[in-house]
Amino acid sequence: MQFGIFTVGDVTADPTTGRTPSEHERIKAMVAIARKAEEVGLDVFATGEHHNPPFVPSSPTTMLGYLAAQTDRIILSTSTTLITTNDPVKIAEDYAMLQHLADGRVDLMMGRGNTGPVYPWFGKDIRQGIPLAIENYALLHQLWRDEVVDWQGRFRTPLQGFTSTPRPLDDVPPFVWHGSIRSPEIAEQAAYYGDGFFANNIFWPKEHFRKLIELYRERYAHYGHGTPEQAIVGLGGQVFMRRNSQDAVREFRPYFDNAPVYGHGPSLEEFTEQTPLTVGSPQEVIEKTLTFRETFGDYQRQLFLMDHAGLPLKTVLEQLDLLGEEVVPVLREEFAKGRPAEVPDGPTHAALVAARENETVEVAK
Amino acid sequence: MTAFKLVVVTAGLSKPSSTRLLADRLTESTVRQLAGAGRQVDVKVVELRDLATEIANNFVTGFAGAALREAVEAVTEADGLIAVTPIFTASYSGLFKSFFDVIDHDALTGKPVLIAATGGTPRHSLALEHAVRPLFGYLRAVVLPTAVYAATEDWGAAGSELTDGLPRRIDRAAGELAALLSGRGPAAPALPEQVVPFAEQLAALRA
Repeated sequence: MQFGIFTVGDVTADPTTGRTPSEHERIKAMVAIARKAEEVGLDVFATGEHHNPPFVPSSPTTMLGYLAAQTDRIILSTSTTLITTNDPVKIAEDYAMLQHLADGRVDLMMGRGNTGPVYPWFGKDIRQGIPLAIENYALLHQLWRDEVVDWQGRFRTPLQGFTSTPRPLDDVPPFVWHGSIRSPEIAEQAAYYGDGFFANNIFWPKEHFRKLIELYRERYAHYGHGTPEQAIVGLGGQVFMRRNSQDAVREFRPYFDNAPVYGHGPSLEEFTEQTPLTVGSPQEVIEKTLTFRETFGDYQRQLFLMDHAGLPLKTVLEQLDLLGEEVVPVLREEFAKGRPAEVPDGPTHAALVAARENETVEVAK
Repeated sequence: MTAFKLVVVTAGLSKPSSTRLLADRLTESTVRQLAGAGRQVDVKVVELRDLATEIANNFVTGFAGAALREAVEAVTEADGLIAVTPIFTASYSGLFKSFFDVIDHDALTGKPVLIAATGGTPRHSLALEHAVRPLFGYLRAVVLPTAVYAATEDWGAAGSELTDGLPRRIDRAAGELAALLSGRGPAAPALPEQVVPFAEQLAALRA
């Protein structure tokens, strides 16, 4: 089981001081947060991809390449990579290059994005969102597996005799997750390829995601990748902690009330009851996170959103200390209890290489 | 025989409201006329006033709270709908529109809908025709020919040679709803959502 953080990369004013960080400060803060995540023992750092203000991470592989040089152990990932509006050829090249530089510490999560104008800005039609996700990923999947590709599709110029370089590290492509908040088509796509499915459940009630994940697990088995319990599931979470629960609520409330996504809507109490948001002590975060397994089954990756709603960097780093020192060690222990042996761990490059070698041995027999 | 599921959506704001009063008269007449044809009806009333905060929160968060979700499911699964709004500023009320904004745009497809409205003056009666009817037209509902408008003065007026009084207009609209429902029978339970197999999704792109 892997634990990590994901960031949206928004530039948001701190509602308690009215101060808005500059883009430069926010970008450097994201780097500091990623380095801190490794320092406190987390397994994954994932960055969003956006192409409009107030978001800064338009160029994820630039940031992740820099982080690859600054870290030794943590997996660098995305949340999400826009499979609809990016050229799949460029994704294949950029992330293979990153995979080499990071010695395999790379995976990525495909998403369709949620900002309408990004489609026309990149010459695409938003009404084709799902077909773009399907066709572009089919090409990306092929580019990482077939050395020479002849390809023709609906949404980009044909390729004849094309080789995407560099080839993936050890000829093992980066692991791919497919992120979705509502589309069963994407769960079906993830299942078809035997890829991971990440339910970014942080803003919505769990019933909705239970159905999506059940569908993904069932279809994963249908396509012969393993049992439903062996499907690769990732979940989001969103927390704010202080040692004392009341202190957490008091400090976080102005951030919650003014948050760009859900602010000026339901109360903090209503929202924490209906969604994975937990505001309280480390123990409360542990308890809430453990309920995810009851709802969704044993899973492989838990990502927390920590740098949200305009929280200052200093506070975020304190949160990461609590997460890494008090929460995740207990979660690792608790999630390991009663976890069936056949349920896979979170995906790593080393494990994928080993799995490929096993397959080769099987074939040779 | 299975009972019809009739859902009544009413957007009146005062308690009691004349909008609810009109909704109740329409419901009573529909149930009575269906009973006359030997048919049972389960009625569920959705008072949008009680859901006002959850509807606003749905706009902000993108998901419905428990009570709103229950109301949306009831409307989605209904065999027929009675929808009654006060006329504000020459159109349906904002709350009424907001409720139908948070419902899936396929939820009302093919569903019989009786539309009705209340207002302080008879001069706004055509708001039913230029605002409420197109709203349900967009949602591909089957909107009944008779829409019922009740101005304040209608509650104390008899009909005339030129116009039927309110009770007769209520009975006519409810009769149309009852007739349409009887002709159709209750809807079969919804099938679980089907996913198009991935190979078919890919093949569709290569066609």
